[in-house]
Amino acid sequence: MRVNSGNLHEGLRKIIRMFRESELLREAVKKIHKLAPLALRKIDGDKIKIMHVCGTHEHTITYYGLRSLMPENLELIAGPGCPVCIAPTKVIDESIELALNYEVTLLTYGDMYKVPGTSMSLAEARSLGGDIRIVYGFLDALRIAKRNPKRTHVFLAVGFETTQPTVASHIVLGTVPSNLKILVAYRLTVPAVHYVLNQPDIPLNGIIAPGHVTAITGAKAWKFLPEEYELPAVVAGFEPLDVILAVLEILRQIVEGKPRIFNEYSRVDSWEGNIIAQKYVKEAFDVVDAHWRGIGVLPKSGLELKDSYRNFDVHSEYDVKVPKSIDLPPGCRCGDVTLGKAVPTDCPFFMKTCTPNTPYGPCMVSSEGTCAVWAKFGGGGKIKELAKILGLKP
Amino acid sequence: MCLGIPGVVVEVKELTAIVDFGGVKREVDKLLVPDVKPGDYVIVHAGAIISKLSREEAEKTIEAWKEVLEALKV
Repeated sequence: MRVNSGNLHEGLRKIIRMFRESELLREAVKKIHKLAPLALRKIDGDKIKIMHVCGTHEHTITYYGLRSLMPENLELIAGPGCPVCIAPTKVIDESIELALNYEVTLLTYGDMYKVPGTSMSLAEARSLGGDIRIVYGFLDALRIAKRNPKRTHVFLAVGFETTQPTVASHIVLGTVPSNLKILVAYRLTVPAVHYVLNQPDIPLNGIIAPGHVTAITGAKAWKFLPEEYELPAVVAGFEPLDVILAVLEILRQIVEGKPRIFNEYSRVDSWEGNIIAQKYVKEAFDVVDAHWRGIGVLPKSGLELKDSYRNFDVHSEYDVKVPKSIDLPPGCRCGDVTLGKAVPTDCPFFMKTCTPNTPYGPCMVSSEGTCAVWAKFGGGGKIKELAKILGLKP
Repeated sequence: MCLGIPGVVVEVKELTAIVDFGGVKREVDKLLVPDVKPGDYVIVHAGAIISKLSREEAEKTIEAWKEVLEALKV
């Protein structure tokens, strides 16, 4: 059955426009400015710090200049929200080794293509003759592998909760051909948020939870925030109004002294999440301690294939050996930027030796890396200055 | 990579669906949301539908916030 999509597009555009609507946004910003001093008094501090943990939220915040709309004493901090930035160097090095020295075709998401490994990126390895191809998703990887049954293909599986079930479902259902192996480097966001909250030097007053990770995990995954840390938490979408309403709700909870989870993104997310996806992931993977590039090993923060599915693991087929990987190049502050301890402009290389065209560290590559977002859309105060000049300050 | 893109389902196959993203049509995985129907709004992430997008809920959110903003006395 097919439908004509003309009218439906208009419907979709309407939904998107609703969350870019300026009147409601302006009203919400005014309330933020009124609530902020009350919230400050409540926390007895000099700054309200709200962290989001999603590269797409950083994109929305920077692209729309939302920081320039915030009161002086309210800070929006980018936390661990970029899976490409924290994918271990070793995984990139192993992928390069496979592509250059084994008879395999390496399949990767575009985001990973230019991320620097210890000695080069996948893009550079391809220019040296490595058979490396970019895919949009696992479905593409399946198609390519099925079309070339005599050649072994390796899918570089990086990502947070949103990407994991796309691979897990096919593994569990048995639709993965035997010539497609997987290099698993999946990471989980919840343990990373725990880690950030246990850092002594980043006191936070609220968390904006990632709307699309939550589509899989459900809002229930964030209930530890109010319960264990007494922190307001808002699951938010990715239009400017979504983020503004999340900030307003966090301030409201601070003032009321009642931290809880609020699902602002109910048009997509539910409390339970995508149960089908959760089942597939649980069936295919075990949760293990895992290394985060620039940060270290975080307990129970990664996935590996269960023994029953180990035959899909690239390591079951090839004994890939790489020299000791270098986590971050010397001086790169990607780890601190990922944890919200530094902003890109704190890094001496930002937009000097490290640019989107010639990235020095991993945060400058993916469209979700904070450095890449700031480089493209101007973070670090420039927008604020510009807003003042244009009289856009609310 | 966690970028989720909203689109409209225009055709449903056994394991996949054709989703129209404002004119660009792509075949995507529907294993995670198997009950999608033509006409549904969905969020597609890395080539797979991860969730439906509800227009009614969107409208409810907006209406609820309008009321909150009006009632919020600060």
